[in-house]
Order: sequence, then structure tokens, then C-alpha cells
Amino acid sequence: MDDFETTRSELKAAIDAAASREALEQIRVAALGRKGSITERMKGLGALDPDARRAAGAALNALKDEIAAAIEAAAARLSASELQARLATERIDVSLPVRPEPEGRIHPISQTIDELVAIFGEMGFTVAEGPHIEDDFHNFTALNIPPEHPARQEHDTFYLPEKPDGSRRVLRTHTSPVQIRTMLRDKPPLRIIVPGRTFRNDHDATHSPMFHQVEGLVIDKTSHMGHLKGCLIEFCRNFFDVEDLPVRFRPSYFPFTEPSAEVDIGCSRANGEFKIGAGADWLEILGSGMVHPKVLANCGIDPDEYQGFAFGMGIERIAMLKYGIPDLRTFYESDLRWLRHYGFVPLDVPSMVGGLSR
Amino acid sequence: MKTTLSWLKSHLETEAPVDEIVRRLVMLGLEVESVADRGAALAPFRTAHVVSAAPHPNADKLQVCMVDTGDGILQVVCGAPNARAGMRGVFAPVGVTIPRNGMVLKQSKIRGVDSNGMLCSSWELGLSDDHVGIIELPGETPIGESFVTLLGLDDPVLDIKITPNRADCLGVHGIARDLAAAGVGKLRPLIVEPIEGGFDSPTWVHLATLHSEPCPLFLGRTIRGVKNGPSPRWLQDRLTAIGLRPISALVDITNFLTLDVDRPLHVFDADRIKGDLIVREARPGETLAALNGRDYALDGEMTVIADDHGVLSLGGVIGGESTACTEQTSCVFIEAALFDPVRTAATGRKLNLQSDARYRFERGLDPAFVAPGMEIATRLILELCGGEPSTVVVAGEAPAWRRTFRLRKDRTATLGGVALPEDEQKRILEALGCGVTDGDGAFVVTPPSWRGDIEGEADLVEEMLRVNGYDAIPTVPLERETALPKPALTVAQRRTGFVRRSLASRGLVEAVTYSFMASGDAEKFGGVRPELRLVNPISADLDVMRPSILPNLLAAARRNADRGLADGAIFEIGPQYADDTPEGQATVAAGLRHGRTGAKHWSDPGRPVDALMAKADALAALAAAGAPGDNLQVGSDPPSWYHPGRAGTLRLGPKALAHFGEIHPAILAQLDVKGPVVAFEVFLDAVPTTRKSGRGRPILKLSPFQPVERDFAFLVPEALPAETLLRAARGVDRKLIAEVRLFDVYAGAGLPEGRKSLAITVVLQPEDATLTDEQIEAFSQKLVAQVAKATGGELRR
Repeated sequence: MDDFETTRSELKAAIDAAASREALEQIRVAALGRKGSITERMKGLGALDPDARRAAGAALNALKDEIAAAIEAAAARLSASELQARLATERIDVSLPVRPEPEGRIHPISQTIDELVAIFGEMGFTVAEGPHIEDDFHNFTALNIPPEHPARQEHDTFYLPEKPDGSRRVLRTHTSPVQIRTMLRDKPPLRIIVPGRTFRNDHDATHSPMFHQVEGLVIDKTSHMGHLKGCLIEFCRNFFDVEDLPVRFRPSYFPFTEPSAEVDIGCSRANGEFKIGAGADWLEILGSGMVHPKVLANCGIDPDEYQGFAFGMGIERIAMLKYGIPDLRTFYESDLRWLRHYGFVPLDVPSMVGGLSR
Repeated sequence: MKTTLSWLKSHLETEAPVDEIVRRLVMLGLEVESVADRGAALAPFRTAHVVSAAPHPNADKLQVCMVDTGDGILQVVCGAPNARAGMRGVFAPVGVTIPRNGMVLKQSKIRGVDSNGMLCSSWELGLSDDHVGIIELPGETPIGESFVTLLGLDDPVLDIKITPNRADCLGVHGIARDLAAAGVGKLRPLIVEPIEGGFDSPTWVHLATLHSEPCPLFLGRTIRGVKNGPSPRWLQDRLTAIGLRPISALVDITNFLTLDVDRPLHVFDADRIKGDLIVREARPGETLAALNGRDYALDGEMTVIADDHGVLSLGGVIGGESTACTEQTSCVFIEAALFDPVRTAATGRKLNLQSDARYRFERGLDPAFVAPGMEIATRLILELCGGEPSTVVVAGEAPAWRRTFRLRKDRTATLGGVALPEDEQKRILEALGCGVTDGDGAFVVTPPSWRGDIEGEADLVEEMLRVNGYDAIPTVPLERETALPKPALTVAQRRTGFVRRSLASRGLVEAVTYSFMASGDAEKFGGVRPELRLVNPISADLDVMRPSILPNLLAAARRNADRGLADGAIFEIGPQYADDTPEGQATVAAGLRHGRTGAKHWSDPGRPVDALMAKADALAALAAAGAPGDNLQVGSDPPSWYHPGRAGTLRLGPKALAHFGEIHPAILAQLDVKGPVVAFEVFLDAVPTTRKSGRGRPILKLSPFQPVERDFAFLVPEALPAETLLRAARGVDRKLIAEVRLFDVYAGAGLPEGRKSLAITVVLQPEDATLTDEQIEAFSQKLVAQVAKATGGELRR
């Protein structure tokens, strides 16, 4: 059995000494291969008597397993140290700036319209649209603004050339003509908002010849000033994301509503810093009122049966207030620096359940 | 409309503080735009007595004064030449801010002498430009009094915005009436006592307009023996406070009554009228030298007051120079008339002439207040200028104004949202001047003569609501008709949103540009029909409705490049206009990329933008818009503003859905934009919105068998569109072929003249069994044969 022990210790020593996986493989072949030393010994077992064969066989099998395990362990150890050695040579500069991934922006006007749709959509409004080039009837007359009405002069209307019949088209001065188009087309009850482009011949620091308005219209048999207040207070608080935002309704005048109300929100200008919310000041943000009976009648809706309210506001204005954009004119300048700064990432889709803005 | 608090209180008996009055005005719909407290900055300044004045020991032009401030005697160094012992002046103690320059007064030594305050000039107080000497007050002025009170400046000026319907509030009395109705004090009634004339007016009035509307009623009265001079202090103060310059008693009285009781008047110098007054339309060629020093050319649409010699004044708008009252005027003719709002407004607009009279006439004046106005004016003139009045000349008659409306008693609740008790409804309406009677379960309401704006039940509801306060309307949630909201957007609207966010996620930045542009540029993009040229453009370079969005985006790219941003990608989704009908307006998603794909970067040198990037944008937009991508055909026949060889059109059947490609170099040069610029225009309205029934998707069949890839390279004619080859390859076996990818395009050395090489990978996906070598070989031969036939090419060996 000395010979057996010698084989064992020699093999173990060789395995321990193996410096590479190639060397280890040679040892494995020399011991356990077809002509390996342990394999040869196994072959020699046949010559022994049964008892001796059993004993020697068990010992040889144990030796074989032991050597195989030792080789495996050594192989794992060698792999680990080879990996270590490789890793030691593999380095990148992780401080490198990453590859640029282009990301565009959504214009604040589009984003604000999406917010408006999210809020009013939740209240059961649908979005209506209409042409920018309008006729006199839809833009003025049907809205109870007769030709000589002072309000018509205040609208700074853009005109297109006179037609042979003396009529002339205008660029719509507000989104209200879409109210008329909707009431002429659809039967009440109605609940629409109309975001869109509007045009007035006025250009200075606070006026742009093109700007955006959103119009709202509710027509049914029961909605009254209390509902108007409920709807608009809810809108203001959600849009500006100020839960206790004070909202004030003041009597006013529009030819197409009666009674009419202007709506102010609370703000403060303390220490030269403008803030929306409870404060000492008020800021006018929208006009509203119960739809004038004449307007209903002009659209073929019986004012003795139906009533409702309408409202309108400037989209740029509420966007400026909410997002702190200082200058109206910059909205249309397409300055990439401005668009990237004030624009919204494309995945920031406003919704009421998911939150209006990130 | 401006008034002072004390002026308001001359019509309203109230103890309410100014803040409360302002709050109630706002709640009444009379928006207070500002409250100017003119006295605030002057509050610390007091009257003082100069006890002694001695020369300054170290300065020739200075004096050392001992000043009695009412609170002790202080030493003050003063440089004013008029400072002297015994005078009374205005003293500023140490610590106050000088209004003119904002300096805070400090205790100081002036040339070695202590000075404890300052004697002020009216320049330093911001009261005038006179800074020659210090203010000198009358000798009887008490010492230590507030200078503000002495000046009468402790009377805040309210600037109230009157909505166009409230003509009745263009006089202080009307504002007071609203406040009284809302419970802020008691309205002081106007005292109108007719004054009997002692003689018949020598000047008579004839109404000679074609119809009666331009001037339905004209009252006149002569007052002789008047003496015109400066008006008294109280009248001057009121006019000055609201920014009017006092002129003379006669003129100031007419201005005052315009503002006080909303009754514009005109006073002619009667001695300068030749014959009678005739109210008529102006004749062509007539002119008026107006009181404002300008000459106006008149026309037949304008109502004038003339005498035998010609036009004297423009009815309801402005008086004329020739009959203006002067210091010498001793006999006047007062005009109190009604002029048609529409004609007055038109006249003013045409002449670009604004006046307090026009402002009121065009909004409509109280037709029943002409005679009372005349009496009030007469009384004031007699009081301030003396004289002897004639009887009143009356021409025409007041138009009928009495109208009655039915007011359902529950309308404040059902329309206004607040239930008001019947007696409160009645109280409010009566306080506003309405007659209210009961009839048939509703009120029958007669609005007063001064409320021509009330035209029906809804107006009456508004009156009650605003007097009661909008705050008092209970807020009611707007209930939805369904438990969950329906989609707010139509399919087309939703798709537009997808397109917007898809393009933005591809790196394009959204812009919003004007719907108008310069006609010269528009010509380069298809041109503009004459009906789309604005009659009154804001400027010459924004004179037509745009036929395409691209020119505006190109201009934006140029501006951005000028700012140093030569590389960029922007888009806009908006309208373009083909004609002036609603159908002529199309929604287009247009965008462009210019310069390089990006700035230099260690990992990517970047490259110039190319037409296929714009094609990718167009395809992405079309996919987001729901266009059936597989059925799109690409044609190389772009519109003229694109590069003829580097642009294309995407069609669905005969309908063009999009253009894309490089912008024509000549257009870039004309617009001064540096290339390359690639662009796309996607016509969102042209994308069909029809949806397959249901939202279910086709069953997904996942094959368990290994897919096989084979590569083929073909030599084809150089002009062959790659699309032709790809379609041919896909068509070989639609069931078996999962995908065909073009992986190489080569033209040049090593190839026969006029040929290019297109190499494709074909992915085969069997569904029933793994493909055998024989099957693959058979497929390859079929593919090569069919592609060669369709393309006129051959397999590259």
C-alpha cells in the first residue's frame, strides 16, 4: 500500500504545483486518462481474488474521486486567479461623458393645452375645433356683437380682402366662433372646450398678433352661476396646483354672456417676488358668464328651455403664470435655447390621475 | 373714470373707509384700477414759521434760520434767496424722504453750522418745477399743521374701469347710486329746480338732419351778462385731482357736469353765433377748426351744429374754436342734446378724435336727463358767473325709452344660482331706479331711463346678483353626466398628440410660429391666393396666411444659426392655408433638421443631416398618425421647394401623405439659410382615420422551428430604387419570408459601368418543420430568378 500512498501524495503535490490549466490537464490525463496511472491500476484489479479486489477497488475508487475533486478545485482556483489577472488589465474611464441621446421638447403652449384637456376632460368636456379664417356671422354677429358695437372696434380685427358681395372674412379674434359652430351643429346638452389660435392686430410687450385661447361652453337645462363658479374654481386650483387658491368672481361685461363675470386668482407680490396663492393681491385670469339668450337664439337653441355658461382665457397667459415665463413674445421666436429651457420632455404627458406635471 | 373720495361723498352719504368702498365697487363690477393717495409721500411735512434768519458765518449765499415747527424751535441752514424772518413755509424734519429725489434727510453740519431739517421748495416736494425759492405760505397759516391737509391732497383718487355697458357710471352720481344700492351709504338725490327764463332766447335751434336719429333732442338756452374768469378753488381742485386742467369757469362747469352727472354740455359764445343754430349733416368739403387746435375735414356721415356761416361744432364730439368761450365772453348759449351713439362713434373713429363727450355719447346717455342737465348747468353758471337766463329752446323730443320686462321670481336661483327673497329682489331693483310691479306670478320691471343696457330678464338677474355680491352665490360642483369621463379627444386629435410626442422623442424640438408670413417667401412655397392676403397686416413681412409651415421654420433655423446654434432639429404641428374656407385649412406636422447630427463627441464624429433622416421623421409621424406603413409608396417627385434629386413624396394610393428631403439649395440661398437642411411635411388630415373593427390584434403565431438567414448581393441598374428590389424579394414567398433587410449599397470601382450592388439578408421562418438544405437551395434559386426579373439585375458572383 506504500505504493498507493506514494501515488496519492505525488499526484496531490503535482496538482498543487500546477501553474496553469494546461498543466493541470496534463496531470489529469496522466492520472485519470485512458492510460493514466490510476486507470492502469483499475485495470489490474481483475487479477486479484474477490476479497482483495473489493478492498483494493474501493480504495482505488476513493483515490480516483479524491484526485478528480482536487483537480476540479485547483482548476477553479486557477480560473479565479486568471480572471483576476485579466480584470487587473481591463479598465475604462468611467468618468467619460455618455453618448448623446437626442431628446426633443414639447412647446409650453402644447403642454398647457394638454393640461387643460386633462382637467376639463375629467369634468366631461370634449375638445372642439374650428377654422381660423372666419366670417362675420360666427366671429361677431351671432355672438351678439352687431356691426356698430364698440366691442367690435376693440377687437383689432385682421381682415381679408372684400369679396364681390361686400362680405369679408376675418381672422378669428377669439375662439368663441367655435361655440356658435358647435351649437348650430350639435344638440344640447353640450360640454366643449376649444383651445386654438386667435389673431388680433396688436403687437407690443404684452400683445402678440397671434396667440392662443381656450374657450369653454356648457349648455343644458339647469347649469347656473353656481355651477360656473364650481367648474372654474376647480379648474384654477387644479391647474395652478394650489389647493386653497383663492378665486374671486367679479361682475363684468361681455356681449355674449349675461350675467358676466371676470375671474381673479389670489397672488402675492411681497418683496418683489410674484407668487400664486393666498396673498394680498388679485390677478385677473379669465372671463366667463351665462350664455346670452340672444346667442342661444342665434344658434337655434330655445333660451326658455336651455341655458348654460361659457368662459375663455389666454393660454400663453396662464402658462406664463404657472411656469414663470416672463415674456409673451418669446413663445413664437423658436429660439432653441428657450424651447429647451421652457419646453417639456415628451414623456411628460399630463393627466389628472397621473398628475398634471412632474 | 376717475373721481376723488370727497367727490364721491358729495353724492353718497357714507362713513365707509376708502378700502371698503373700493372692495364694494369691485364686487359691483366697477373695477377699481388704482387708488392714488397723492398725499402719502407728503405726510411728514408740516407748516412752520421762520422766527429769525441771519447770514451764515462762512457762506455768502446761506442763511441760518431759527424755525418754529410747532413742536419746538430748530436751527436750519437754508440757501433759498426768499428765506427771511417772519415768513411761513413748509418744514421737513430729519429722517423724512424728499419726494423729488428720494433722499433721506439727515442731521448735518453745513459749512460748520448745525442744520436740523429743511425748508422745502415746491420742486423738492414734487409739486411743481419751480425751484427758485422755498414755499411761502400765507401769513395766517397755523404752525405745525399737516401740509397735505392744507393742500387738500388728503383725498384719494379712484380710477374706476367702467365696462362699455355701464354708460350710467360715467358720472360720479351713477357710481354713488350703485354703492348705495349695495348698502354703502345713502344716495344724495340730485337737486334739480327749474329756473325760469326772463326772456326768449335770441338764438333758435333747427333740427335739419335727414332723419331724427342723429340728434333727436336739442335743448338750448341763452344766458347774458355772464362774467367768465377762473373757477373757484373747489372746482379747480376736483378737475386737477383727476388730471384735467382748469381753463375758465364756463369751460370748467361743462367738464365738471360731464364727470359729475354724466351730462356733456357745450357752451357757445353766443355773440359769435351768426343767426340760428342748425343741426345737420356736414357737407362735403366742410371743415372744423376744433377746440383742440386741430382742423378736421368733415363728411355727410357726421352731425354738425352750424350757423349761417358754417360749422360751429361737431355734435357729441368736440366744439369749435370760432365760438369758444373766452375771458371776454359775456353772453353764452348752452347746448344740452342727444346724439346718436353709432354716428358719434363712427365720427370719432374716422377723425381719430377721442373726447369725454364722444366717450359718453357713443355708449348712450340718459335720454330723460337732458332737461335736468340744462337746469343744473344754468344754476352753476348763474352761481359762478352771474347773468340772466332765457327760456329754454326745445327742438325735437326725447326718444321713448320706457320698456318693461317680465322677471320670474325664481330666476336668481335657476339662472343666478342664488335664491334671493322677493322683497330683496324688489329692493335692489328699486334702488337701481327700476319700477317693479307684481304681475302674473312674476315681477314686471321697468328699468330707469339711464339703463338702456338692460334688455331682458338675464340683465335683471345680473343686476341683483352683482348688488348682492357674486361672493354670495353658493358654489356647486359641475356634475358629470357619466360616472367616468368619455374621451375628450377625437381619434384625429389623439393622433395629433401622438405625432407631437413621437417627433419630440426623436429629438425634434417643438416650435409654435405665426400663421402668417411674408408674401415674397410664400411665393417660393406654392404661392398664396389673393383671398389670403391680409388687408391690414401687422407688418409687411407678415402679410399673408402661410401656404406651408416650412418657411417659418427655415427662418427660425437661420435665427438659431445666427445665435451660434448651427445644428438643430425643430418641428411644428399647425395649420397651413390653401384658401379662405374652413376646408382650406389643413393640419400639418412639419419639421426640419439642419447642420450636423450633433456636436463633435468623443464617441461619434457626427455627420451632416441627410434626406433619409427627414424620411425617418416623416415615417415616424405617419406611424404615430396611424397610417398603414406597409402600403405607403415612395415617389421621387417632390414639390419645387425640395432638392429634385434628394427628396420624395410618400403616398397612400394617389393621395400624398408626406413630403421629405433636402430643401432646394436655391431656396436656402434666397432665405439666407446655411445648409444642409432636410425637412418633412406630413399632412395629418390626409391620413385615413378609419379603424378596423375592434381593438383585438391578429393571433401571434410563434414558430418552434429555427429561422434561417441567407444573404444575396445583386448587381442592378444604378437608377433602380432599392424599394423595387426589396418588394420583389418580399414577394417571393410571403408566408415563408419573415424579413428582408438591405445591408449594403455599393457603387463604384470593381463594378460594371451603370450598375450598383444591393445586398440583402432574407430571414426565412418555417412554421411546419425545420428547412432542409434542399428546400433552402430551391428557395434561393427562386429568389434570385424573381429578383433578377423584377429588377433587370443579376446575382453578384
